[in-house]
Amino acid sequence: MKRLFALFPITIAGILGAFLLWGLNPDRDPNEIPSVLISQPVPEFDLPPVDGLDTHGLSNTDLVENDGSAPIVVNVFASWCVPCRAEHAVLTRMVRDEGIRLMGINYKDKPQDARKWLDDLGNPYERIGSDLDGRAGIEWGISGVPETFVIDGAGKVVFRFVGPVLGDEAISKMRTALDQARAAGGEAS
Amino acid sequence: MIRRIAITAVTLATLVSQPAFAVEPDEILADPVLEERARAISKQVRCVVCQNQDIDSSNAGVARDLRLLVRERLVAGDSDQQVMDFLVARYGDYVLFNPPWKPSTYILWVAPIVILGLGGIATAAVLTQNARRYRKSRKQETERGASEERNPENHSLTEPHA
Amino acid sequence: MIPEIGQFALALALAVSLVQSVLPLIGAARNNVMWMRSASATSVLLTALVAVAFAALMWSFVVSDFTVLNVATNSHSLKPMLFKVAATWGSHEGSLLLWILILVIFGLGVSLLARNIPLKLKARTLAVQAWISAGFLSFMLFTSNPFDRVLPAPLDGQDLNPLLQDVGLALHPPFLYLGYVGFSIVFSFAVAALIEGRVDPAWARWVRPWTLAAWVFLTLGIVLGSWWAYYELGWGGWWFWDPVENVSFMPWLAGTALLHSAIVTEKRGSFKSWTILLAVLTFSLSLLGTFIVRSGLLTSVHAFSVDPERGIYILALLAVAIGGSLTLFAIRAPEMESGGLFAPISREAGLLVNNLLLATATATVLFGTLYPLLLEAVTGEKISVGPPYYNASFVPIMLVLVVVMGVGPLLSWKRADLRGVLDRLKWVAGLSLLAALVVWYLDTGGPVLAVLSIGLAVWLLGAVLTEWASRIKLGEVPLAESLRRARNLPRSHYGMVVAHAGLAVCMIGFTGSSAWKSEVVTFAEPGTQIEIAGFDVRFDGVEQLRGPNYLSRMATLTVFRNGAYVATLQPERRAYLVAGTSTTESAIRTTLAGDLYASISEPAAESEQSKWTLRILYEPLVVWIWIGSGLLALGGVLSLTDRRLRVGAPRKRAGPGSVPVAAE
Repeated sequence: MKRLFALFPITIAGILGAFLLWGLNPDRDPNEIPSVLISQPVPEFDLPPVDGLDTHGLSNTDLVENDGSAPIVVNVFASWCVPCRAEHAVLTRMVRDEGIRLMGINYKDKPQDARKWLDDLGNPYERIGSDLDGRAGIEWGISGVPETFVIDGAGKVVFRFVGPVLGDEAISKMRTALDQARAAGGEAS
Repeated sequence: MIRRIAITAVTLATLVSQPAFAVEPDEILADPVLEERARAISKQVRCVVCQNQDIDSSNAGVARDLRLLVRERLVAGDSDQQVMDFLVARYGDYVLFNPPWKPSTYILWVAPIVILGLGGIATAAVLTQNARRYRKSRKQETERGASEERNPENHSLTEPHA
Repeated sequence: MIPEIGQFALALALAVSLVQSVLPLIGAARNNVMWMRSASATSVLLTALVAVAFAALMWSFVVSDFTVLNVATNSHSLKPMLFKVAATWGSHEGSLLLWILILVIFGLGVSLLARNIPLKLKARTLAVQAWISAGFLSFMLFTSNPFDRVLPAPLDGQDLNPLLQDVGLALHPPFLYLGYVGFSIVFSFAVAALIEGRVDPAWARWVRPWTLAAWVFLTLGIVLGSWWAYYELGWGGWWFWDPVENVSFMPWLAGTALLHSAIVTEKRGSFKSWTILLAVLTFSLSLLGTFIVRSGLLTSVHAFSVDPERGIYILALLAVAIGGSLTLFAIRAPEMESGGLFAPISREAGLLVNNLLLATATATVLFGTLYPLLLEAVTGEKISVGPPYYNASFVPIMLVLVVVMGVGPLLSWKRADLRGVLDRLKWVAGLSLLAALVVWYLDTGGPVLAVLSIGLAVWLLGAVLTEWASRIKLGEVPLAESLRRARNLPRSHYGMVVAHAGLAVCMIGFTGSSAWKSEVVTFAEPGTQIEIAGFDVRFDGVEQLRGPNYLSRMATLTVFRNGAYVATLQPERRAYLVAGTSTTESAIRTTLAGDLYASISEPAAESEQSKWTLRILYEPLVVWIWIGSGLLALGGVLSLTDRRLRVGAPRKRAGPGSVPVAAE
């Protein structure tokens, strides 16, 4: 009995140690908050276009009533967000080369700044909603800019990516999610 | 307590586009009762871009948005619980500093009681075992005629203890 | 050149510590006195080498040698000298060097001061201490070298995080480390005792001064951090149950349990294995804290740069140190025979309950801190465990502890008369009930917990005084005799009285500042008047000032009460140009009744750009926290100066009538 008790502390320490070791795995980001939206329908929101820009505004109906199998990528961006600039090129290339459908949410941005940014870099977005007060951002549960979501043909959120889609790993994650969305959309239609 | 760093610099993408500083005067509701509730709720909600701070004291932009949202919901007539549910629906349980009572947190909530209970049982076991042996040794000593009451180790209460 | 000397000293120190890890142990096993004695010599050398390295790093900061990467990233030529010096331990690498310096200083302390300890125990203790030193020195050299050069050197440094450029924070890490690294020597003593397989009352007495010293430093370190958070962060909080705060608090709780359990081992020869376990666990929790802070494992407001590789290395060190010592414990503990017997109502039993509660409290904090990680590992869910959890779990445990604390010191060893004790405490119970009722009457709509904890604070204070009065037979014998007894009461007893009273004082502060705080937040323009807690505060305007490495905007607030001038408060907002961030310098008027606390910042709303956001808080009784904490530390110091620890020689108990040696 006494011997058993004496083994108790080392056992507890061992178990805790195993968890600590798990916690160190490099793929784990302690700051990442899992999205509650995954496999859920897109949240309700209705955003007007960016003031003075030809591109249409964006609402959840645009994402739900989509023509079926093609997944949609929703990208939250802002002209004041530095990493967005780098990401913009990647997204533009994906739209051009892979034919993805890209929609934007322009988060807490001055319309003139957003227009200038899109003028300088080009506008790959099919639609852009202007989220001046950040309320739609809250609906989407974002924790920073940029964030990117993949929506399947049935209007469900398949994937969320926090931070800029840059580098092979991020892009391949996006591709996997897009394939998954296509498969799900195919079943739905 | 090594570094309480300015939170937002840590995350790659930052939402802070304007300086702000905990609750701002223009956020405060005219109705003191509602404001009181808003403050209480804000102190229980974790800021999603900060490292480990409630939205009430956070200076991040999104914390301000959430503070405003909480107040908006309260003005619209939501109960405290409804406001919390609204936030959880968007950000998950992560935003609650007070972990909800549900299967994944049962262990968390009962742990202190279980630890105290197990420790209590162990303590009681030590005490009773010791008491039994103590009584036995006293009996033996009495039989031997050695009066322990005169032993300096066992004076009355007010004596200084050696 | 100087940094290279530091680097070289570190490498030599590693070699010396490796020698010290092995030689004394072999000496102790073979009864070779020379080899055992070598530990004293090597610990002097080791300390000297680490001190040279530390001095080299500090010198690099003082002269702003920006070819050293660590200096370039954490300092700036315009920074005031005090903060250049303090920046030495402002980064991960520098603070680790401080950590190691304190580690070896404690080893040196044992080798120089502990003269009456058996040579074998001393040799083994110093060897264990050297294992820890070797582990951390290698960690430093392989993953976190503070002397890395950067070429070409930048023209100027990136400056230290401005929040760290503060006196409170300059002092906080050294004290904190003196505390939780100080427990390393207690750990080494425990492991040495486990290697020998023998623990006796003398062991507990030898270890006691080191435990006390570490505990005093840790108390001060935690309080300094808390005090800093209070005045610097601008919203008047002093404890946030943040993971990194928790990891400094757990060794404190375990160390407090250890202090009490070791008394029983020392006086009565009981609780041996438990005392050893606590000695091991206290430092293990310190190591866990080091790991958590430096690995970025948990999300915290405080964190050093996150680097998984470093995390793995420290975790490996933890596995060796904690795993090794606990395995040794598992082997040896069952063989330790129990000591003096006692009745279920006795001082021993009281201290056992104290340890049960403190251990539960420690485990609760540990579990609450790590639970988000455990849950994430098992289900992938992410949750937060914040203040509400600890208020519901930790606080009640501590309140029960306070009840027990009132009774415990009045119980006599072996067998106590509980009825007699309770009879003595009757008036205290009445008084605390009265206090609770008064608070309940005055405090309309405040939390019930506040009523309870004020009542209990009064209970504890009253019980402490009662115990003291009964010790000196106040009122039972002529006053002169009582005074003589008071003089003769050992210092360690006064240590207990002062520390317990300190906790009661703290409780009053905790309660006052959390339950009855009031706050006004408003936009202010010159002439704005605010009323708070009976004070009228007038905002007179803001002026610009230039500091050495910052621009300050300082507001002037004039405070009146009933039309009479009370004070002038000058809160500041400082913009640090190089670091590119701002800090808040609050202005506080402190009285025993409460702090009037002011801070300013730029408004968030664009429409209010010409105004200032003014935040005025009234925090009742908050200064009691600092006074109470000071008393806690003072209690520790008083115990430390006790004759039996100073003389150190094992004093055999003399017959009745001799100078009494008290319980604590």
